[in-house]
Amino acid sequence: MSRAGDQERLEVHIKHKSYRKASGGELQVLGALSIAVASGEIAALVGPSGCGKTTLLRIIAGLDSDFEGTVRLPAHGRLGVVFQEPRLLPWRTVEENVRLAAPQASDAVLDGLFDTLGLSGHRRHYPGELSLGLARRTALARAFAVEPELLVLDEPFVSLDAELATRLRAELAELVARRPVTTLLVSHDVDEVIGLADRVFLLTGNPARVAADVPIQNPRSARTADEVAAIRNELSRKAIAVPV
Amino acid sequence: MNLALRLASIALLLAVWFTCSQFAGPRLLPSPQAVGLAIVAEARSGALAFNLGVTLARVAVSFSIAMALGTVFGLAMGRIRLADRIGDPWLVLLLNLPALVIIVLAYIWAGLTETAALAAVVLNKLPLATVTVREGARALDRNLDEMAAVFRMSRWKRLRHVVLPQLSPYLAAASRSGLSLVWKIVLIVELLGRPNGVGFEIGVAFQLFDVTRILAYALAFVAVMLAVETFLVQPFERHVSRWRPRTA
Repeated sequence: MSRAGDQERLEVHIKHKSYRKASGGELQVLGALSIAVASGEIAALVGPSGCGKTTLLRIIAGLDSDFEGTVRLPAHGRLGVVFQEPRLLPWRTVEENVRLAAPQASDAVLDGLFDTLGLSGHRRHYPGELSLGLARRTALARAFAVEPELLVLDEPFVSLDAELATRLRAELAELVARRPVTTLLVSHDVDEVIGLADRVFLLTGNPARVAADVPIQNPRSARTADEVAAIRNELSRKAIAVPV
Repeated sequence: MNLALRLASIALLLAVWFTCSQFAGPRLLPSPQAVGLAIVAEARSGALAFNLGVTLARVAVSFSIAMALGTVFGLAMGRIRLADRIGDPWLVLLLNLPALVIIVLAYIWAGLTETAALAAVVLNKLPLATVTVREGARALDRNLDEMAAVFRMSRWKRLRHVVLPQLSPYLAAASRSGLSLVWKIVLIVELLGRPNGVGFEIGVAFQLFDVTRILAYALAFVAVMLAVETFLVQPFERHVSRWRPRTA
């Protein structure tokens, strides 16, 4: 099934992934699962907490090579990752943190990113001086500044208040609209991803498998409240239909 | 207020010293004034500056080598289990060998040379620096490591911006304790087998029972080390910790 644009696709085929338990024996975290994300598509991985989403992301990001299966990253595999915690260098300023990860980023690109994310006034601040929301934005700026071919976001809005999370989601949508990038977004919350994703993978836990692969046809900007509600219903029906 | 307290404390020390010298007599414990005059006399002849300079150079060279090697070994042992397994017995051996044994053996095996003297000091300081840095390397944040890996930072960049800043409190601790240890060992090395330096002068003064000169050299060198601490170590520490939010 060779098509133009395959080069840009993210393809993941996992056969098996398990951890050795401290008490001996093995704990299987991921079962056989495959996901494919087309170029420029935002795919969401949704599943209950502790179902292996983060493990899957770590495998895709190349941080865990102890698994059976294959991962094919888009193009050159340049990654932008937003971890669950901001993971900034506390001894470098906001701007230095971004520049260290993305040395090739031009001043104009950085200005634009800082502007969109409301960080312009914080460029010289150290991470210890930032709120969690601002630190998250810095992590987002860093991931976009590398102009990634695959953007990976691990629950980037968790433990923010609802209003701030909504605003950050809007900023993320704006950034992706400006520079389309293949994106994998992890969340345990269907509502969180429904306005953003082009495709939703529902995962079940213990070990994780793909329960449903739901493409969303309508482009993000054209989705009405009714449609969003319909998608939500469909997703929750599928989630229930699958034994967890 | 702080300064006033410090000065008062120093004044008290001088007063105690002066009182004791009145009881003990100038042969056993010369007065602060006599020691001060001796320092001036040694300074005039140029001997003080020369000997202080020689000792300071030995301190600087051996300290730098010990810190550099200690950082490399400590990082390797903290990060790589195999290196830790192999290096640990050596470390235990060096940590528990008395300084004097290392110095005497170095002089016997390599002759009364500058290299032997410096090597002996380095070998005394090295295990302590290694142990301290190893602790730091074990405490490195894996999350930041992964971040650096994901964004494909070069080795040099990781070392400079991710690893060294995390090690800086450990390096500062190793430098602090190291500097005072190194200069004390340098004096012994000079006493036993060098023809110049503060340690050598103190050795000569000991044979002549010249307490004034012993105190003059010791105090002059303490002053030099105090200056190093105040004008080099502390500003450096302030620089590396500038990112920490200040507690009001």
